[in-house]
Amino acid sequence: MQEQYDYIIIGGGVVGCMVARWLSRYEGKILLIDKAADIGMGVSSANTAIVHAGYDPLPGTLKAYMNVKANSMWDQLAGELNFPFERRGDYVVAIGDEELPLVEKLMQQGKQNGVPGMVMLSGAEVRRREKNINPEVSGALWASTGGICDPFQVTIAAAENAVMNGVTILLETAFEDFIMQGKRIIGIKTNRGDFLSRWVINSAGLYSDEVMHKAGIRPEFKITPRKGEYFIFDRAEITIDNVLFPVPSAKGKGILVTTTLHENTIIGPNANEIEDKEDTSTTKAGLDEVAAGALKLVPSLNLRYSIANFAGIRPTGNAPCKTPGINYKSDFIIEIPDEVEGFVNLGGIESPGLTSAPAIAAEVVDMLRDAGEKLVEKKEWDPIRPARPRFRNMSHKDRQLLVNMDPRYGQVICRCENITEGEIIAEIHSPVPARTYDAIKRRTWLGTGRCQGGFDMPRVVNILSRELGISPLEVTKRGKGSEFLFRETKEVEE
Amino acid sequence: MALKNIYDVVVVGSGPGGVAAAIEAKKNGADDVLIIERDYELGGILVQCIHNGFGLELLKEDLPGPAYAQHFIEEMLSLGVEALLNTMVLDITPNRHLFVSSKEHGYVEIEARAIVLAMGCRERTRPQIRIPGMRPNGVFTAGTAQRWVNVEGYMPAKDVVILGSGDIGMIMARRLTFEGAKVERVLEIQSYLSGLSRNLVQCLQDYNIPLQLNHTVKRIMGKNRVEAVEAVQVDEKWNFIPGTEEIIPCDTLLLSVGLIPENELSRKAGVKLDPITGGPYVDETFQTNVPGIFAAGNVVHVYDLVDWVSEAGFEAGKRAAQYAISLRNAEARYIPLKAGKNVRYVVPHKLDKSSLAQEDIRLQMRVTRPIEQPVWIEVHDGENLITRKAEKYVRPGEMVTVVLKTKNYSDVSKANSLTIDINPR
Amino acid sequence: MAEEVNLICTACPQGCTLTAVIENGEVIEVRGYNCKKGIDYGVAEMTNPRRMVATTVKVKNGFHPLLPVYTERPVPKPLITQILDEIRKVEVTAPVKMKSVIVENVLGTGVNVLASRDMPAKQ
Repeated sequence: MQEQYDYIIIGGGVVGCMVARWLSRYEGKILLIDKAADIGMGVSSANTAIVHAGYDPLPGTLKAYMNVKANSMWDQLAGELNFPFERRGDYVVAIGDEELPLVEKLMQQGKQNGVPGMVMLSGAEVRRREKNINPEVSGALWASTGGICDPFQVTIAAAENAVMNGVTILLETAFEDFIMQGKRIIGIKTNRGDFLSRWVINSAGLYSDEVMHKAGIRPEFKITPRKGEYFIFDRAEITIDNVLFPVPSAKGKGILVTTTLHENTIIGPNANEIEDKEDTSTTKAGLDEVAAGALKLVPSLNLRYSIANFAGIRPTGNAPCKTPGINYKSDFIIEIPDEVEGFVNLGGIESPGLTSAPAIAAEVVDMLRDAGEKLVEKKEWDPIRPARPRFRNMSHKDRQLLVNMDPRYGQVICRCENITEGEIIAEIHSPVPARTYDAIKRRTWLGTGRCQGGFDMPRVVNILSRELGISPLEVTKRGKGSEFLFRETKEVEE
Repeated sequence: MALKNIYDVVVVGSGPGGVAAAIEAKKNGADDVLIIERDYELGGILVQCIHNGFGLELLKEDLPGPAYAQHFIEEMLSLGVEALLNTMVLDITPNRHLFVSSKEHGYVEIEARAIVLAMGCRERTRPQIRIPGMRPNGVFTAGTAQRWVNVEGYMPAKDVVILGSGDIGMIMARRLTFEGAKVERVLEIQSYLSGLSRNLVQCLQDYNIPLQLNHTVKRIMGKNRVEAVEAVQVDEKWNFIPGTEEIIPCDTLLLSVGLIPENELSRKAGVKLDPITGGPYVDETFQTNVPGIFAAGNVVHVYDLVDWVSEAGFEAGKRAAQYAISLRNAEARYIPLKAGKNVRYVVPHKLDKSSLAQEDIRLQMRVTRPIEQPVWIEVHDGENLITRKAEKYVRPGEMVTVVLKTKNYSDVSKANSLTIDINPR
Repeated sequence: MAEEVNLICTACPQGCTLTAVIENGEVIEVRGYNCKKGIDYGVAEMTNPRRMVATTVKVKNGFHPLLPVYTERPVPKPLITQILDEIRKVEVTAPVKMKSVIVENVLGTGVNVLASRDMPAKQ
């Protein structure tokens, strides 16, 4: 017997998880699948973590509409889902007089898009506010509604809230094909068997083109992966309080400098088209490009204090903007196509996709309602996802209370980030359980400091082994094939 | 073991530097000495350094790391040093309060008259040397691999390339070979060996493990687990030389690219760090810029030999004890002045007894309620009356004074506290 | 004809660069040493090279799964692989005291293999 669902969501990135959370408000059986060992492992796992104000997308595009609409949703969302979010504001900085007109143009664009709270600042004012800025700054656009989040936390919080409200999540479950009945989609085939559903929602990120092609939709649509590389810096070397963007170029919003919610300065990304959707490798040339871009904004940045590099991939699509008269070739796809029935199609959700995710989720609900879904609200729906204790951020007094309550919070496992055994165990037994080292790392920020896990790794492997009831040999970094250990020291192969 | 609120000397870290400091602190007269270890046993990194070569200078014996550690740990414990295991020091204030966390004792604040920082050092990691490529599992520091192989009992590697010719890297090359792994080669970006020459002989050459100087890793390949690394030759400015690239299939890349003193805590205590060593600026007694906070061993700068770490610890421990004792003596000179019968408060609140030897000291106070008849203002140490003064009456609105004379010094010097009572005559 | 061989002394961490002069298969001179150990090392290295060996053995019921062990004196270099094979066969039961003999006279070398530390029993 195949399981019958009302809605199946393909892809557990921030968009898929947000859609699951929004749909979990209504009656119906919901399944979210992801091919990876954890949610949020694709595009959502590596990006700049910025909640954009909305001056950047071209007026008239879906990107512009979703961005500005979603930006105002984030305060309530952060409150309900209990993830850290700061509306720090951001600057687009002009270096030298020739860049100034570009910033002014952004200001105009922002006004057209309906972005509130923007101001043009003089070079002198920017220098006064940001001590480390390149002294050749000629002016900046200040957007007070720009925000910063931790995309892992956002994705996980949304997924947990969805699960609390009855959504099923299946990991290491890869979409293979649709099950069709005439022109109606009635289910999907996966590596773990078939699942039937009245509706299937494509939120497959980098693979959204391949998924929609299987349904026969938009054969001309193609995702071009664009890689962006980053540096993270040691927390003790903070130089920046706000988000500093350069003026944008054809390649995107450019290499920015900011400080994450974890207080590490971050620089990046560059933007280079690549062939392989899985190629998250960093390159020397790419890292050099990022360094040069960041140094243009903040000349005093010392690369010696870098503690991590990574690369993320943006799923750039080629869908034309539907608004007449707007010539734009890589807009979001948010639609219920006419060609098949039972299919919600989301594609090309690159930046500002993280920002737009809550608005996209709300849009999916509206589209389903327009398509005739009754969407009866559940009485027991709970919008609140409770926060779990974060030892590192607590006062001495609160730490005392926490450790008194549960001594496992007194045992520090990650010495750089001060992550405790109590926190790790809580994540392993959370609504979307952390079952790999990286899953714990992304949820707690363990192993991200100066020693990059050198000290905690053997200890976390032991905790995972104990809590999951598996051998240390079976513990992985991020799913099958990424085990840490090959055999016992004394069990020698002949 | 119950924790005390105040210790003469608290040592942070039980590696060779910390243990040596605790030993000498105790031998030099510190009463309560506490050593705090974050791991579940004493010894620090020596626990996993099972190879020989320790103790030649201090013990005239060629010992493995655990034996060297145990020698000094036994001495330390026999001297009566208290030890906390599984305990992390999370914060130190400049006035030497430590916030420590453990399952056993919870989250507590401890005061120390002197502190010896002995947190040791940590290994440099991949991003610090910026190796591009994928981020699969199987890139470990040599020390992490050492912990797994020697202590936890698991092999994190079968087919290995080692980047960096530091001592731990070379020692792990031999160790992994002993346990059946294949070490393809050791790559060193510099034109010379970074560890000890003896390790080149007895860890690499003895087992035909090739060392390539002027070589580094250009990129790491593999999605989930390391599948290969691309090695490349470099010129004297460390630029890659095109055409020298070579793909070496392997499942593990071990890094032995240097050690950095570990000073997060030192920073929190306001200790100034030398950007060259990465450790605190210290004087000849290993005292940092913060009075009473000393540092010893690899937390100051990275040593070649454990014996020298122990020697640094001995010195720092001795000096910490001296500091603590002088502070304790200074504390003992002070006695509190207590408001007794019908006295609301006394100023000064405490008294440096030695200053009474030099000059008279006037005590000022106010009474709790009026007494409209002749009274005695009496200063006593709980048993003996030291001095007294007559007044016709006392009223809260009018300040009362009494003077301790230098002739009272011999009585006061024996007192632990002074109390002032006002009684009707 | 005298032949010169360059060596690095491993007797202590100084790592002196030695030159052994060999004539008719015998070491007639060692140069470059900073202490007497260098002469002994130079001669031994050319005639009967020896090394300290340190490894681990399995422990039953131990505080750790492995007990580190070491040869109390250097053993002949060509025998190291066989010695490791011998030691690998051993399994001890906790508690074990430091310097207790784990393998006596390993491979007839006259050298005992000792425990590198106390290994208490599992709590």
